[in-house]
Amino acid sequence: MSNTMNFLKRIFLVDILKGLAVTFRYTFKSVYTEQYPKEKPKLAERYKGAPRLNNDPETGETLCIACDLCAQICPEDLIVVGSQRDPESRKKVLTHYTFDTSRCLFCGLCQEVCPTNAIELTQDFELATYSRSSMLWDRERLEKGWDRIEFGKNYHK
Amino acid sequence: MNTLEESTVLDTKVLEMNMGPQHPSTHGVLRVKLKLDGEKVVDAECIIGYLHRGIEKISENRSYIECVPYYDRTDYIAAVANVYGFLLGVEKMMGIEVPERGRYIRIMMVEFNRIASHLLWLATHAIDIGAMTVFLYCFREREEILKLFEALFGARLTTHAFRVGGLWKDLPPGFEQAAHKFLDEFPARVDEYEQLLTHNRIWLARTKGIGVISGKEAIQWGLTGPPLRGSGVDYDLRKARPYGGYEEFEFDVPLGENGDTYDRYVARIEEMRQSRLIIQQVLKRLPGGPVRGKAPKIVKPPAGEYYSGTESPRGELGYYIVSDGSAQPFRVKIRPPTFIGLQALRRLVKGHLMADVIAIIGTLDIVLGEVDR
Repeated sequence: MSNTMNFLKRIFLVDILKGLAVTFRYTFKSVYTEQYPKEKPKLAERYKGAPRLNNDPETGETLCIACDLCAQICPEDLIVVGSQRDPESRKKVLTHYTFDTSRCLFCGLCQEVCPTNAIELTQDFELATYSRSSMLWDRERLEKGWDRIEFGKNYHK
Repeated sequence: MNTLEESTVLDTKVLEMNMGPQHPSTHGVLRVKLKLDGEKVVDAECIIGYLHRGIEKISENRSYIECVPYYDRTDYIAAVANVYGFLLGVEKMMGIEVPERGRYIRIMMVEFNRIASHLLWLATHAIDIGAMTVFLYCFREREEILKLFEALFGARLTTHAFRVGGLWKDLPPGFEQAAHKFLDEFPARVDEYEQLLTHNRIWLARTKGIGVISGKEAIQWGLTGPPLRGSGVDYDLRKARPYGGYEEFEFDVPLGENGDTYDRYVARIEEMRQSRLIIQQVLKRLPGGPVRGKAPKIVKPPAGEYYSGTESPRGELGYYIVSDGSAQPFRVKIRPPTFIGLQALRRLVKGHLMADVIAIIGTLDIVLGEVDR
Protein backbone atom coordinates (compact mmCIF):
# COMPACT_ATOMS: atom_id res chain seq x y z
CA MET A 1 0.00 0.00 0.00
CA SER A 2 2.67 2.45 1.02
CA ASN A 3 4.57 1.53 -2.11
CA THR A 4 1.65 2.56 -4.30
CA MET A 5 1.26 5.74 -2.28
CA ASN A 6 4.93 6.54 -2.73
CA PHE A 7 4.64 5.78 -6.42
CA LEU A 8 1.65 8.09 -6.77
CA LYS A 9 3.43 10.80 -4.78
CA ARG A 10 6.35 10.51 -7.12
CA ILE A 11 4.19 10.61 -10.24
CA PHE A 12 2.20 13.64 -9.11
CA LEU A 13 5.31 15.53 -7.90
CA VAL A 14 3.92 16.00 -4.39
CA ASP A 15 7.27 17.04 -2.92
CA ILE A 16 7.82 19.68 -5.59
CA LEU A 17 4.26 20.98 -5.30
CA LYS A 18 4.67 21.39 -1.53
CA GLY A 19 7.66 23.62 -2.17
CA LEU A 20 5.79 25.54 -4.84
CA ALA A 21 2.96 26.13 -2.36
CA VAL A 22 5.43 27.97 -0.12
CA THR A 23 6.70 30.20 -2.88
CA PHE A 24 3.19 30.79 -4.23
CA ARG A 25 2.06 32.22 -0.91
CA TYR A 26 4.77 34.85 -1.16
CA THR A 27 3.33 36.35 -4.32
CA PHE A 28 0.67 38.00 -2.16
CA LYS A 29 3.01 39.27 0.53
CA SER A 30 4.70 42.64 0.60
CA VAL A 31 8.18 43.12 -0.84
CA TYR A 32 11.00 42.90 1.67
CA THR A 33 13.75 44.46 -0.43
CA GLU A 34 15.18 47.82 0.57
CA GLN A 35 15.49 50.20 -2.37
CA TYR A 36 18.87 51.38 -1.19
CA PRO A 37 20.06 54.33 -3.25
CA LYS A 38 16.54 55.77 -3.32
CA GLU A 39 15.73 55.10 0.32
CA LYS A 40 18.42 55.56 2.90
CA PRO A 41 18.37 52.79 5.50
CA LYS A 42 17.66 53.78 9.08
CA LEU A 43 20.73 52.76 11.01
CA ALA A 44 20.98 52.04 14.69
CA GLU A 45 22.04 54.79 17.05
CA ARG A 46 25.23 52.92 17.96
CA TYR A 47 26.31 52.33 14.39
CA LYS A 48 30.05 52.80 13.95
CA GLY A 49 30.54 54.62 10.68
CA ALA A 50 32.36 57.75 9.56
CA PRO A 51 34.36 59.54 12.29
CA ARG A 52 33.52 62.98 13.57
CA LEU A 53 35.42 65.32 15.85
CA ASN A 54 32.88 67.06 18.04
CA ASN A 55 32.87 70.70 18.97
CA ASP A 56 31.39 72.15 22.11
CA PRO A 57 27.89 73.23 21.01
CA GLU A 58 28.00 76.36 23.16
CA THR A 59 31.44 77.78 22.53
CA GLY A 60 32.13 76.14 19.18
CA GLU A 61 35.59 75.09 20.31
CA THR A 62 36.84 71.57 19.93
CA LEU A 63 36.16 69.14 22.74
CA CYS A 64 39.47 67.38 22.08
CA ILE A 65 42.01 67.89 24.83
CA ALA A 66 44.83 66.29 22.80
CA CYS A 67 45.35 63.53 25.37
CA ASP A 68 46.42 61.11 22.59
CA LEU A 69 44.49 58.17 24.12
CA CYS A 70 42.66 57.42 20.85
CA ALA A 71 45.91 57.30 18.92
CA GLN A 72 47.39 54.93 21.47
CA ILE A 73 44.46 52.49 21.62
CA CYS A 74 43.93 52.40 17.83
CA PRO A 75 44.91 48.91 16.62
CA GLU A 76 45.92 50.25 13.22
CA ASP A 77 47.66 53.39 14.52
CA LEU A 78 45.79 55.49 12.00
CA ILE A 79 44.97 58.46 14.24
CA VAL A 80 47.55 61.22 14.48
CA VAL A 81 47.02 63.87 17.14
CA GLY A 82 49.15 66.99 17.00
CA SER A 83 49.31 69.26 20.00
CA GLN A 84 51.16 72.25 21.30
CA ARG A 85 51.47 73.62 24.79
CA ASP A 86 49.92 77.03 25.17
CA PRO A 87 52.63 79.19 26.86
CA GLU A 88 50.12 81.23 28.87
CA SER A 89 47.62 78.70 30.20
CA ARG A 90 50.14 75.80 30.17
CA LYS A 91 47.39 73.66 28.54
CA LYS A 92 47.76 71.30 25.63
CA VAL A 93 46.07 72.69 22.53
CA LEU A 94 45.08 70.60 19.53
CA THR A 95 46.89 71.69 16.39
CA HIS A 96 46.00 68.99 13.90
CA TYR A 97 44.13 65.70 13.84
CA THR A 98 44.08 63.16 11.02
CA PHE A 99 42.05 59.98 10.70
CA ASP A 100 42.83 57.49 7.95
CA THR A 101 39.50 55.87 7.03
CA SER A 102 41.12 53.60 4.46
CA ARG A 103 42.71 51.49 7.20
CA CYS A 104 40.02 51.87 9.86
CA LEU A 105 38.52 48.70 11.36
CA PHE A 106 35.53 50.62 12.77
CA CYS A 107 36.03 48.80 16.05
CA GLY A 108 35.02 51.86 18.06
CA LEU A 109 37.87 51.68 20.57
CA CYS A 110 38.76 55.35 19.99
CA GLN A 111 35.31 56.65 20.89
CA GLU A 112 35.17 54.29 23.85
CA VAL A 113 38.42 55.56 25.32
CA CYS A 114 37.80 59.27 24.66
CA PRO A 115 37.31 61.09 28.00
CA THR A 116 35.45 64.06 26.49
CA ASN A 117 33.42 62.36 23.73
CA ALA A 118 35.33 64.36 21.15
CA ILE A 119 35.92 61.59 18.61
CA GLU A 120 32.75 59.79 17.68
CA LEU A 121 31.79 57.29 15.00
CA THR A 122 28.56 58.41 13.34
CA GLN A 123 25.79 56.71 11.37
CA ASP A 124 27.25 57.90 8.08
CA PHE A 125 28.33 54.80 6.18
CA GLU A 126 28.89 56.04 2.63
CA LEU A 127 32.65 56.41 2.66
CA ALA A 128 33.55 55.54 -0.92
CA THR A 129 35.71 58.06 -2.75
CA TYR A 130 37.53 58.25 -6.04
CA SER A 131 41.06 58.46 -4.65
CA ARG A 132 43.08 57.01 -1.82
CA SER A 133 44.36 60.38 -0.70
CA SER A 134 40.82 61.59 -0.04
CA MET A 135 40.37 58.80 2.50
CA LEU A 136 42.71 60.62 4.86
CA TRP A 137 40.43 62.87 6.86
CA ASP A 138 41.92 66.02 8.27
CA ARG A 139 40.63 68.04 11.18
CA GLU A 140 38.43 70.30 9.09
CA ARG A 141 36.67 67.42 7.44
CA LEU A 142 36.30 65.56 10.73
CA GLU A 143 34.62 68.58 12.30
CA LYS A 144 32.43 69.77 9.45
CA GLY A 145 31.77 66.63 7.48
CA TRP A 146 32.65 66.42 3.84
CA ASP A 147 31.39 67.31 0.43
CA ARG A 148 30.11 63.93 -0.49
CA ILE A 149 30.22 62.67 -4.02
CA GLU A 150 26.59 61.73 -4.56
CA PHE A 151 26.86 58.44 -6.35
CA GLY A 152 24.05 57.91 -8.80
CA LYS A 153 22.32 61.08 -7.73
CA ASN A 154 20.58 61.61 -11.03
CA TYR A 155 20.71 58.00 -11.99
CA HIS A 156 17.31 56.95 -10.72
CA LYS A 157 15.31 59.90 -11.98
CA MET B 1 24.34 5.01 -7.33
CA ASN B 2 26.34 8.16 -7.21
CA THR B 3 29.74 6.65 -7.66
CA LEU B 4 30.75 5.53 -11.11
CA GLU B 5 32.06 2.05 -11.66
CA GLU B 6 35.52 1.74 -13.10
CA SER B 7 35.08 2.07 -16.80
CA THR B 8 36.50 -0.86 -18.68
CA VAL B 9 34.91 -0.25 -22.04
CA LEU B 10 36.41 3.08 -22.88
CA ASP B 11 39.94 4.18 -22.30
CA THR B 12 40.06 7.36 -20.24
CA LYS B 13 42.92 9.53 -19.17
CA VAL B 14 43.29 11.19 -15.79
CA LEU B 15 42.84 14.91 -16.28
CA GLU B 16 44.01 17.55 -13.83
CA MET B 17 41.72 20.49 -13.36
CA ASN B 18 41.65 23.57 -11.18
CA MET B 19 38.53 24.55 -9.33
CA GLY B 20 38.86 28.05 -7.99
CA PRO B 21 40.29 30.29 -6.58
CA GLN B 22 37.64 32.44 -8.23
CA HIS B 23 34.98 29.76 -8.43
CA PRO B 24 31.71 31.02 -6.89
CA SER B 25 30.99 27.74 -5.12
CA THR B 26 34.25 27.49 -3.22
CA HIS B 27 32.99 30.03 -0.65
CA GLY B 28 35.90 32.38 -0.95
CA VAL B 29 39.30 31.91 -2.45
CA LEU B 30 39.88 28.18 -2.20
CA ARG B 31 41.63 26.40 -5.02
CA VAL B 32 41.03 22.69 -5.41
CA LYS B 33 43.25 20.74 -7.78
CA LEU B 34 41.08 17.94 -9.00
CA LYS B 35 42.24 14.81 -10.75
CA LEU B 36 39.40 13.60 -12.87
CA ASP B 37 38.79 10.35 -14.62
CA GLY B 38 35.96 11.38 -16.88
CA GLU B 39 33.58 12.97 -14.41
CA LYS B 40 34.78 10.90 -11.49
CA VAL B 41 37.09 12.48 -8.96
CA VAL B 42 40.22 10.43 -8.42
CA ASP B 43 42.02 12.81 -6.14
CA ALA B 44 41.69 16.34 -4.86
CA GLU B 45 44.21 18.69 -3.36
CA CYS B 46 43.29 21.87 -1.54
CA ILE B 47 45.52 24.87 -2.08
CA ILE B 48 44.92 27.49 0.57
CA GLY B 49 46.49 30.72 1.65
CA TYR B 50 44.94 33.20 -0.77
CA LEU B 51 43.35 35.08 2.10
CA HIS B 52 46.25 34.87 4.52
CA ARG B 53 46.62 38.10 6.47
CA GLY B 54 48.80 36.85 9.29
CA ILE B 55 46.32 37.53 12.04
CA GLU B 56 48.26 35.37 14.51
CA LYS B 57 51.39 37.41 13.87
CA ILE B 58 49.49 40.70 14.01
CA SER B 59 48.25 39.69 17.48
CA GLU B 60 51.83 39.51 18.74
CA ASN B 61 52.29 43.21 18.03
CA ARG B 62 49.05 44.41 19.55
CA SER B 63 47.85 44.61 23.12
CA TYR B 64 45.19 42.19 24.33
CA ILE B 65 42.52 44.86 23.89
CA GLU B 66 43.68 45.89 20.44
CA CYS B 67 43.87 42.44 18.91
CA VAL B 68 40.22 41.60 19.63
CA PRO B 69 38.79 43.32 16.49
CA TYR B 70 41.12 41.23 14.33
CA TYR B 71 39.47 38.01 15.47
CA ASP B 72 36.23 39.33 13.99
CA ARG B 73 38.01 39.00 10.72
CA THR B 74 39.10 35.40 11.00
CA ASP B 75 35.66 33.84 10.72
CA TYR B 76 33.68 36.84 9.57
CA ILE B 77 30.43 34.87 9.34
CA ALA B 78 30.57 34.10 13.06
CA ALA B 79 32.48 37.12 14.35
CA VAL B 80 30.73 37.20 17.72
CA ALA B 81 31.60 33.58 18.50
CA ASN B 82 35.23 34.16 17.53
CA VAL B 83 35.74 37.12 19.81
CA TYR B 84 33.98 35.23 22.59
CA GLY B 85 36.49 32.38 22.54
CA PHE B 86 39.50 34.64 22.84
CA LEU B 87 38.05 36.80 25.59
CA LEU B 88 37.05 33.78 27.67
CA GLY B 89 40.70 32.74 27.59
CA VAL B 90 42.03 36.16 28.57
CA GLU B 91 39.48 36.51 31.36
CA LYS B 92 40.36 33.08 32.69
CA MET B 93 44.06 33.95 32.72
CA MET B 94 43.44 37.20 34.54
CA GLY B 95 40.74 35.86 36.84
CA ILE B 96 38.22 38.50 35.74
CA GLU B 97 34.62 37.82 36.68
CA VAL B 98 31.96 38.81 34.20
CA PRO B 99 28.68 39.89 35.85
CA GLU B 100 25.76 37.56 35.36
CA ARG B 101 23.89 39.87 33.01
CA GLY B 102 26.97 40.23 30.86
CA ARG B 103 27.45 36.46 30.73
CA TYR B 104 23.84 35.88 29.74
CA ILE B 105 23.85 38.50 27.00
CA ARG B 106 27.07 37.03 25.64
CA ILE B 107 25.55 33.55 25.39
CA MET B 108 22.46 35.00 23.77
CA MET B 109 24.44 36.85 21.12
CA VAL B 110 26.68 33.87 20.39
CA GLU B 111 23.58 31.75 19.84
CA PHE B 112 22.08 34.44 17.61
CA ASN B 113 25.33 34.33 15.70
CA ARG B 114 25.05 30.55 15.41
CA ILE B 115 21.63 30.92 13.82
CA ALA B 116 22.89 33.64 11.46
CA SER B 117 25.89 31.53 10.49
CA HIS B 118 23.79 28.44 9.84
CA LEU B 119 21.34 30.51 7.83
CA LEU B 120 24.13 31.76 5.62
CA TRP B 121 25.44 28.23 5.31
CA LEU B 122 22.02 26.91 4.32
CA ALA B 123 21.55 29.73 1.82
CA THR B 124 24.86 29.21 0.08
CA HIS B 125 24.73 25.43 0.29
CA ALA B 126 21.29 25.44 -1.31
CA ILE B 127 22.26 27.85 -4.06
CA ASP B 128 25.36 25.76 -4.83
CA ILE B 129 23.15 22.77 -5.36
CA GLY B 130 20.64 24.80 -7.32
CA ALA B 131 17.85 25.90 -4.96
CA MET B 132 17.51 29.65 -5.39
CA THR B 133 14.44 30.34 -3.24
CA VAL B 134 15.95 29.17 0.05
CA PHE B 135 18.85 31.53 -0.51
CA LEU B 136 16.55 34.54 -0.60
CA TYR B 137 14.48 33.42 2.39
CA CYS B 138 17.52 32.68 4.55
CA PHE B 139 19.05 36.06 3.88
CA ARG B 140 15.82 37.72 4.91
CA GLU B 141 15.96 36.08 8.34
CA ARG B 142 19.68 36.68 8.66
CA GLU B 143 19.04 40.36 8.05
CA GLU B 144 16.82 40.45 11.15
CA ILE B 145 19.67 39.07 13.26
CA LEU B 146 22.14 41.51 11.73
CA LYS B 147 19.80 44.33 12.69
CA LEU B 148 19.91 43.11 16.28
CA PHE B 149 23.73 43.06 16.08
CA GLU B 150 23.68 46.58 14.70
CA ALA B 151 21.46 47.80 17.52
CA LEU B 152 23.62 46.25 20.24
CA PHE B 153 27.17 46.30 18.86
CA GLY B 154 26.97 49.08 16.29
CA ALA B 155 28.11 46.92 13.40
CA ARG B 156 26.58 44.18 11.33
CA LEU B 157 29.34 41.79 10.38
CA THR B 158 32.65 42.59 12.04
CA THR B 159 30.98 43.47 15.26
CA HIS B 160 33.79 43.80 17.83
CA ALA B 161 31.14 42.38 20.08
CA PHE B 162 32.65 41.92 23.53
CA ARG B 163 35.27 43.58 25.66
CA VAL B 164 37.49 42.18 28.38
CA GLY B 165 35.18 41.88 31.39
CA GLY B 166 31.85 42.00 29.62
CA LEU B 167 30.19 44.12 27.00
CA TRP B 168 30.62 47.64 25.68
CA LYS B 169 27.09 48.75 26.53
CA ASP B 170 23.88 47.28 27.84
CA LEU B 171 21.03 46.20 25.59
CA PRO B 172 19.45 49.14 23.74
CA PRO B 173 15.77 49.92 24.38
CA GLY B 174 13.45 47.75 22.33
CA PHE B 175 16.03 45.01 21.88
CA GLU B 176 14.20 42.35 23.85
CA GLN B 177 10.94 42.96 22.02
CA ALA B 178 12.70 42.71 18.67
CA ALA B 179 14.43 39.51 19.77
CA HIS B 180 11.15 38.00 20.96
CA LYS B 181 9.48 38.95 17.71
CA PHE B 182 12.20 37.23 15.70
CA LEU B 183 12.16 34.12 17.88
CA ASP B 184 8.38 33.80 17.64
CA GLU B 185 8.44 33.95 13.87
CA PHE B 186 11.55 31.84 13.37
CA PRO B 187 10.19 28.24 13.72
CA ALA B 188 7.64 28.85 10.97
CA ARG B 189 10.42 30.10 8.75
CA VAL B 190 12.56 27.03 9.39
CA ASP B 191 9.55 24.89 8.55
CA GLU B 192 9.38 26.73 5.26
CA TYR B 193 12.99 25.88 4.42
CA GLU B 194 12.31 22.29 5.31
CA GLN B 195 9.19 22.24 3.16
CA LEU B 196 11.29 23.46 0.28
CA LEU B 197 14.24 21.14 0.78
CA THR B 198 13.88 18.19 3.14
CA HIS B 199 11.60 16.08 0.94
CA ASN B 200 12.52 17.63 -2.38
CA ARG B 201 13.68 14.83 -4.67
CA ILE B 202 16.40 16.90 -6.30
CA TRP B 203 17.78 17.85 -2.90
CA LEU B 204 17.69 14.23 -1.74
CA ALA B 205 19.41 13.00 -4.88
CA ARG B 206 22.14 15.60 -4.50
CA THR B 207 22.77 15.11 -0.78
CA LYS B 208 21.91 11.54 0.30
CA GLY B 209 24.90 9.25 0.21
CA ILE B 210 27.27 12.07 -0.78
CA GLY B 211 30.45 12.52 1.22
CA VAL B 212 29.78 9.70 3.66
CA ILE B 213 32.16 9.49 6.61
CA SER B 214 31.78 7.23 9.61
CA GLY B 215 31.97 8.54 13.16
CA LYS B 216 35.27 6.81 13.83
CA GLU B 217 36.84 8.19 10.70
CA ALA B 218 35.48 11.67 11.37
CA ILE B 219 37.27 11.65 14.73
CA GLN B 220 40.47 10.49 13.06
CA TRP B 221 40.29 13.35 10.56
CA GLY B 222 39.79 15.81 13.40
CA LEU B 223 36.37 16.97 12.31
CA THR B 224 34.37 18.89 14.89
CA GLY B 225 31.02 20.59 15.02
CA PRO B 226 28.15 19.63 12.70
CA PRO B 227 30.34 17.50 10.35
CA LEU B 228 31.26 15.32 13.34
CA ARG B 229 27.78 15.26 14.82
CA GLY B 230 26.30 14.44 11.44
CA SER B 231 28.21 11.17 11.69
CA GLY B 232 26.55 10.38 14.99
CA VAL B 233 29.31 11.32 17.43
CA ASP B 234 27.83 13.10 20.41
CA TYR B 235 30.46 15.76 20.98
CA ASP B 236 29.53 19.34 21.58
CA LEU B 237 31.87 21.46 23.66
CA ARG B 238 28.92 23.28 25.18
CA LYS B 239 27.96 19.97 26.78
CA ALA B 240 31.28 18.14 26.93
CA ARG B 241 33.31 20.96 28.47
CA PRO B 242 30.85 23.71 29.43
CA TYR B 243 32.21 27.24 29.40
CA GLY B 244 30.83 30.68 30.12
CA GLY B 245 27.70 29.37 31.82
CA TYR B 246 26.31 27.01 29.19
CA GLU B 247 25.70 24.36 31.84
CA GLU B 248 22.78 26.44 33.12
CA PHE B 249 20.75 26.01 29.96
CA GLU B 250 18.90 23.04 28.58
CA PHE B 251 19.29 22.02 24.98
CA ASP B 252 19.77 18.94 22.86
CA VAL B 253 22.69 18.09 20.63
CA PRO B 254 21.22 16.99 17.30
CA LEU B 255 22.94 13.99 15.76
CA GLY B 256 22.91 12.36 12.35
CA GLU B 257 23.15 8.68 11.54
CA ASN B 258 24.77 8.03 8.20
CA GLY B 259 27.29 10.85 8.13
CA ASP B 260 26.34 12.03 4.66
CA THR B 261 25.63 15.52 3.39
CA TYR B 262 21.93 15.16 4.10
CA ASP B 263 22.50 14.24 7.75
CA ARG B 264 24.77 17.22 8.28
CA TYR B 265 22.04 19.38 6.78
CA VAL B 266 19.45 17.96 9.16
CA ALA B 267 21.79 18.38 12.13
CA ARG B 268 22.39 22.05 11.35
CA ILE B 269 18.69 22.77 10.81
CA GLU B 270 17.94 21.21 14.19
CA GLU B 271 20.80 23.14 15.76
CA MET B 272 19.12 26.39 14.72
CA ARG B 273 15.99 25.33 16.59
CA GLN B 274 18.04 24.42 19.67
CA SER B 275 19.82 27.77 19.59
CA ARG B 276 16.45 29.45 19.57
CA LEU B 277 15.51 27.53 22.71
CA ILE B 278 18.70 28.65 24.45
CA ILE B 279 18.02 32.30 23.57
CA GLN B 280 14.49 32.00 24.90
CA GLN B 281 15.80 30.61 28.19
CA VAL B 282 18.33 33.46 28.40
CA LEU B 283 15.67 36.10 27.77
CA LYS B 284 13.41 34.53 30.36
CA ARG B 285 16.08 34.51 33.07
CA LEU B 286 17.92 37.69 32.10
CA PRO B 287 18.99 39.29 35.40
CA GLY B 288 19.55 42.98 36.03
CA GLY B 289 22.80 44.64 36.97
CA PRO B 290 25.93 45.72 35.16
CA VAL B 291 27.15 44.12 31.93
CA ARG B 292 30.82 44.84 32.46
CA GLY B 293 32.87 43.67 35.40
CA LYS B 294 35.93 45.26 36.89
CA ALA B 295 38.73 44.99 34.37
CA PRO B 296 42.01 46.87 34.42
CA LYS B 297 42.64 49.49 31.73
CA ILE B 298 45.80 47.70 30.67
CA VAL B 299 45.24 43.97 30.36
CA LYS B 300 48.33 42.10 31.51
CA PRO B 301 47.72 38.40 32.11
CA PRO B 302 50.33 36.67 34.28
CA ALA B 303 53.00 34.70 32.45
CA GLY B 304 51.69 31.34 31.38
CA GLU B 305 49.61 29.67 28.77
CA TYR B 306 45.97 28.85 28.38
CA TYR B 307 43.87 27.01 25.85
CA SER B 308 40.34 28.27 25.46
CA GLY B 309 38.13 25.98 23.41
CA THR B 310 34.62 27.02 22.45
CA GLU B 311 31.98 25.62 20.16
CA SER B 312 31.77 28.03 17.26
CA PRO B 313 29.05 27.42 14.64
CA ARG B 314 31.62 25.50 12.63
CA GLY B 315 33.11 23.34 15.35
CA GLU B 316 35.75 23.54 18.03
CA LEU B 317 37.41 26.91 17.92
CA GLY B 318 40.50 27.06 20.07
CA TYR B 319 42.68 29.94 21.16
CA TYR B 320 46.02 28.92 22.63
CA ILE B 321 47.29 32.04 24.34
CA VAL B 322 50.84 32.30 25.60
CA SER B 323 51.58 35.25 27.82
CA ASP B 324 54.97 36.48 28.95
CA GLY B 325 53.46 38.85 31.47
CA SER B 326 53.48 41.90 29.20
CA ALA B 327 50.53 43.75 27.69
CA GLN B 328 50.97 41.98 24.38
CA PRO B 329 50.44 38.26 23.85
CA PHE B 330 53.65 36.36 23.23
CA ARG B 331 51.84 34.02 20.89
CA VAL B 332 48.24 33.34 19.96
CA LYS B 333 47.59 30.11 18.12
CA ILE B 334 44.15 29.80 16.64
CA ARG B 335 42.71 26.37 16.08
CA PRO B 336 40.15 27.05 13.38
CA PRO B 337 37.55 24.31 12.97
CA THR B 338 37.32 24.49 9.20
CA PHE B 339 41.07 24.56 8.56
CA ILE B 340 41.19 21.13 10.12
CA GLY B 341 37.86 20.14 8.61
CA LEU B 342 39.00 21.07 5.12
CA GLN B 343 41.69 18.40 5.07
CA ALA B 344 38.94 15.79 5.08
CA LEU B 345 37.75 17.12 1.71
CA ARG B 346 40.24 14.90 -0.09
CA ARG B 347 38.87 11.86 1.66
CA LEU B 348 35.23 12.86 1.15
CA VAL B 349 35.29 13.65 -2.58
CA LYS B 350 37.12 10.55 -3.73
CA GLY B 351 34.95 8.49 -6.06
CA HIS B 352 32.22 11.09 -6.36
CA LEU B 353 31.22 13.10 -9.37
CA MET B 354 32.67 16.50 -10.15
CA ALA B 355 29.37 18.23 -9.29
CA ASP B 356 29.34 16.59 -5.86
CA VAL B 357 32.60 18.31 -4.94
CA ILE B 358 30.61 21.53 -4.66
CA ALA B 359 28.04 19.88 -2.40
CA ILE B 360 30.80 18.50 -0.18
CA ILE B 361 32.63 21.82 0.07
CA GLY B 362 29.30 23.34 1.03
CA THR B 363 28.54 20.76 3.67
CA LEU B 364 31.88 21.29 5.41
CA ASP B 365 30.79 24.93 5.88
CA ILE B 366 34.21 26.43 5.29
CA VAL B 367 35.03 30.10 5.65
CA LEU B 368 38.27 30.93 3.95
CA GLY B 369 38.97 33.84 6.24
CA GLU B 370 39.26 31.32 9.01
CA VAL B 371 41.13 28.67 7.03
CA ASP B 372 43.82 31.08 5.91
CA ARG B 373 43.66 33.56 8.81
